[in-house]
Parts: sequence; structure tokens; C-alpha cells
Amino acid sequence: MSSTTPLICLKAIKKSYGEGEAKTYALRGVDVEFFEGEFVAIMGSSGSGKSTMMNIIGCLDYPTQGEYFFEGVNVATLNRNQISLLRRNFMGFIFQGFNLLARTSALENVELPLIYRGMKAAQRRAKSLEALDRVGLSHVAHHQPSQLSGGQQQRVAIARALVTQPLIILADEPTGNLDTQNSLEVMKLLQKLNCEGITIIMVTHEPDMAQFAQKSVMFKDGCIEKIVENPHAS
Amino acid sequence: MLLNAFVLALRTIRRNLLRSFLTILGIVIGVASVIAMVMLGEGTTAHVTNSITKLGSNMLIILPGQERRGPTRGGDNFKPFDFHDVEALKQEITALRAVTTSEAKSINAVFGNTNYSTTVYGVDNDYFVIKDWDMEKGRKFSASELGSGKAVCIIGKSIQKELFNNLDPLQADIRLEKFSCKVIGLLQSKGAAAFGQDQDDVILIPLKIFQRRISGNKTDISSILVSMKEGVSTQRVQQEIKLLMRERRHIKEGEEDDFNIRDMKDIIETLSSTTQMLTMLLGAVAAISLIVGGIGIMNIMLVSVTERTREIGIRLAIGALEREVLTQFLVESVVLSSIGGIIGIVLGISITAVVTSVFEIPFIFSQNIVAVAFIFFMMVGIVFGYFPARKAAKMNPIDALRYE
Ligand SMILES: Nc1ncnc2c1ncn2[C@@H]1O[C@H](COP(=O)(O)OP(=O)(O)OP(=O)(O)O)[C@@H](O)[C@H]1O
Ligand SMILES: [Mg+2]
Repeated sequence: MSSTTPLICLKAIKKSYGEGEAKTYALRGVDVEFFEGEFVAIMGSSGSGKSTMMNIIGCLDYPTQGEYFFEGVNVATLNRNQISLLRRNFMGFIFQGFNLLARTSALENVELPLIYRGMKAAQRRAKSLEALDRVGLSHVAHHQPSQLSGGQQQRVAIARALVTQPLIILADEPTGNLDTQNSLEVMKLLQKLNCEGITIIMVTHEPDMAQFAQKSVMFKDGCIEKIVENPHAS
Repeated sequence: MLLNAFVLALRTIRRNLLRSFLTILGIVIGVASVIAMVMLGEGTTAHVTNSITKLGSNMLIILPGQERRGPTRGGDNFKPFDFHDVEALKQEITALRAVTTSEAKSINAVFGNTNYSTTVYGVDNDYFVIKDWDMEKGRKFSASELGSGKAVCIIGKSIQKELFNNLDPLQADIRLEKFSCKVIGLLQSKGAAAFGQDQDDVILIPLKIFQRRISGNKTDISSILVSMKEGVSTQRVQQEIKLLMRERRHIKEGEEDDFNIRDMKDIIETLSSTTQMLTMLLGAVAAISLIVGGIGIMNIMLVSVTERTREIGIRLAIGALEREVLTQFLVESVVLSSIGGIIGIVLGISITAVVTSVFEIPFIFSQNIVAVAFIFFMMVGIVFGYFPARKAAKMNPIDALRYE
């Protein structure tokens, strides 16, 4: 863990959709580095490319141009299996749209990444219940997503991301559906995870929430406008 | 890893009960209907062929009238045979095992207050040889009964049931229209014949009394049945019969026969080709059910593709390997298809067993059709469960997540 190698390094990342006339850029050249142990907030207006960048960092999507290094390794040189293993072993993803499995209990949703890690059933269950407890949902562990409120679904998604104790959590608007009280709870949780050593990159619209991060990256029209260090961060 | 895939597949099956149920149902119905259809078809064919063969494969029928395709027209007035023709055949042609008549008429039989409509045949004892029929009780006709045309009769099982309520009918007197006649024998049961008619629904009486009291015509015989001995040449026997009958009917040289001899074998062949068409028809229906069932399963699978694609996106995003996702989907398809297939086989065979026992046709197990139906629907289930999954697993996770 050398502080000279950034955990995540994006170099001149561009992402475009469509061809010819219809070609639009979601990212127009993003250069940024995130280091292990950081808690970063990504801010910017809607459509400015925040989710696009998160997806590229999570290796769910590929840049049209530019290079992405994860711990110094160029992701473009990895094959699909290696990338899956990268996600499995190092990343936790909280999606903007939750993306929980339908007709599957909250507990089973949280268990899913552990199944792919090959964890034994009993241990898996205990860990998942613990994760649900951390987001305050142990009482609805056996409810299905359709029986949960938006905020509860969001917290199940958070539990699913943190249950594996990943190296990095990528959170796309984790408080988007929560009231202030719950938002603050979640932020405290993320902060705690950060203290435990987990790197956190979080997209948010709310400056209040960005206050919890050590720095904020401001997006505008597919470019990074500026990066603000946050003196208040604990 | 396979165990994991199995656990995940079982979870998915349980979680999507309705979809799993419909898939299984589609396969069950497909497999069962194909199996039942084809096995029943084969059973029926075998049944028809069997009972035709039972009519006697080395049997000839001599009919008045010139040889022609199709039935004789009623308008043709050809000289019928008489009792002496039968006697002559018996005596002069040694290659014959039995010669008999089977003059028949529908009639009302009455015993006590019971009244039953049946068919009466005028026969002699050779009739039992030709029909390969034995007595359950009582005796055949005696020579004197045949010679004088005594009012005695031998009845089939169905008559015993209808008129005597299954009680012992021997020595009872039943009325056949104008005369009363004593029951001297009860035939063994033969069951239903080729086209469903009840073979036990008969009353046999000596030819003489049939001619005298029932047909009202003292001498005429409208057809003669002969059964050849084993191993003799049909053609030679036919030739002998032909010569004898020409002589007896005074046909001059150069004139055409005014009778014809039909070989049961030809009739059997015609009938078998009909039943073969029946089998082919059933095969076609079975093929259609294969296709319809296949499309049903395909529909269920394809309707859920959107949801499943997103599910695959989620799994990939969480860190599943492409091959783990595919194994899971493959296991799921195989499990569903084999559950459906096995239930389908059991159901198909049970349906066949029930139907064959109700209609008293032979149960013919055909492992070929079981294998064909099972494999076909396994393939349909697997192909349509697995290939959409394969397509989804090859997408970028983000595209799979956003799939609509
Ligand atoms: N699959 C796609 N095809 C075409 N255009 C796309 C696609 N995905 C994203 N875009 C475009 O890329 C741009 C950036 O989208 P992105 O989702 O990154 O925005 P965002 O910053 O996350 O916005 P929000 O705050 O509303 O979530 C948008 O203009 C969007 O229209
Ligand atoms: Mg977004």
C-alpha cells in the first residue's frame, strides 16, 4: 500500500454514445486520482456524467477513450473474468436504482456477493444479518424488495455493498431516497466504514452530505470543474 | 462451483414459482401428450391388426357374383349357394380344414320379460373351428340337431348377461321371433373386435332352422367361409375350389365365373394400410403438439428475458463470473426441463395405461417415443432457458442492468 500508487487513476477518460451526427459525450476527458482510504464526494448537475464515471470505475462500463488504472494495473489489459473477480474481491457497488433482485428477500440479496465469494451458508447468514443490522433493517430481513420502502431498498443495497468488507465502495447517490435523519445515519455509517479503511467514492447532490467527505469533485458537462478539499471532514 | 450454481438455481426456481410452474407444465403437457398420442396410436393399430389376424389369415370367403373391386351391388342377381355346395367342398377338397356358413340376421331375442336385440347366425360345427372359438359351458350341436335343424342354440357371453343376468342359461328356452329354442351351450368371451363391435353379442343356431324359420328361404346360402390347412398353397386351393364350383354351377368353358373367392389376407392388407394411415395421422398430431408445446415453453422463457437480463446484470455487477451465471442458468433449465420431462413421461404412460385398459386395447410401450419426446422438450427447455442467458451474460454489465 504505497501512497505513491493511486488506488484509482483515470487518464483522459472519454465516453461517448452514438455515432456521427448523434454522437454525444457523457465524459469529455476526465483525469483524476483517488487514493486508498479516501472518502470522496462527486457532485455536479444532473446529466453531467457522474454515474457514467462511477460505472467506469466499477468496470461495469468501458471508456471510449483514455486509460483506467486500478492499483496501477491498466484495466483494459484484463479479461472479463479478471474484471469480474476484481469486482467480486475489491468493490462494493451501491446503484442509483438499487438493482436488488426481485422476489428475493433482503437477506438473500445481501447474501448474494458472499455466495459468489464461496462463503459457507452459516457464516454467510450471520454476516448478512450483521450488515442488515448496521443499516437498521434487521427487522425486515425476510421482506422482499417490493415490500420495502424506497429508503429501505436503498439501505438493503448499502448492506449488500458493505457485507463483503470491500476495498472500495462506489455509492451512486446512496441517500437519494432518504429523509435527512436516515441520510445522516447512512453518512455516519459510510464514515465509519471509511475509518475502518474502506475507500469510499460517493455521488451526491446534497452539499450537506458532501460535508462528510474529505474532498469533493465537481462535475460539469462531462469534465471535472474543480476539486475542493473539505476542511471540516473528521 | 457446481454446488453453488445448484443452490442458486434452486433458489431461482423457488423464487419464480409461477414461471417455473408454467415451464414445467408446458413440458409436462408436451411430453405427456406426445407419448400418450403415439402409444395409443400404436396400441390401436396393433389391436386392429390383431383382431383382423384373428379373423383367420388362411381363410377364404366364397361369394356369389363376379369378382370386382368394392362391394357387390344389391341389384346383381347371382345364383346363391346351397347346403350341398358346403357338403361338396367339405368332401372333395382335402386341403380345407373347415367349411361353414355364417348366415346372419338381426333379431329380437326374448327370455321371460327381457327383450334384447342381437344377431342370429345359422352355422354348423365348423364355425367354431374357423372362429377358433370354444365353449365355456354346455356343448356344440349334435349331428342330428344339425341334420334336422332342431330348435337349439348356443349363446355368447353378452346374451347371458343381457337375458340371463349372468345366471346359468343352459336348458333355458329363449324366443327368437316366431319360435322358441333351447340353450345348449355358452361361448367363451371374445371381447370387442377390430372396430368395436361386441363379438359376444351372438346367438348361434343350426343352419337348417335358420333357413327355415328366420331367413324364410329354405336353401339359399349367401357366403361360404373356408379355412385352409396350414402350409397348403392358397393359389392351389383357390384353383381347386374354382373348378369344383364351376362344375357344380354348370358354367361352360369360356364363360366367366358367377362367384368369386376372396382371400382374407388381401382384406387384412387393405385394413392394415388404413390403420397405418391412422398411425401416421397420430404421428402428425404428435408432431404438432411437439411444436405447440415447444412454442409455449419458448414464450414463457422469452417473456422473462428482460427480467432475467437485468438479474444477470446484477449478478455480474456483484462479481459473478460469466461462467458461473451460465452454469446457474443451465442447471436451472436442466432441472426444470427434467422435472417436467419426468412428470410428463409418468403422466403420458399413465394416461395410455388408463385409456388402453378402458378401451381394452393393448398397451404398447414405445421407448423411442418416450426418448424423442423427452429429449425434444429437454432441448427446448434448455435452449430457450440458456441461450437468452448466454446472450445477457456476454453483454456489458451496465447494458444488462439497463436492458428493457
Ligand atoms: N446508454 C446511454 N446512451 C446514451 N446516452 C447516455 C447513456 N447513458 C448515459 N447517457 C448520457 O450521458 C450523460 C451523463 O449521464 P449520467 O448518468 O452519467 O449523468 P449523472 O451525472 O449521473 O446524472 P444524475 O445526477 O441525473 O444521475 C447524460 O446526458 C445521458 O443522457
Ligand atoms: Mg447518476
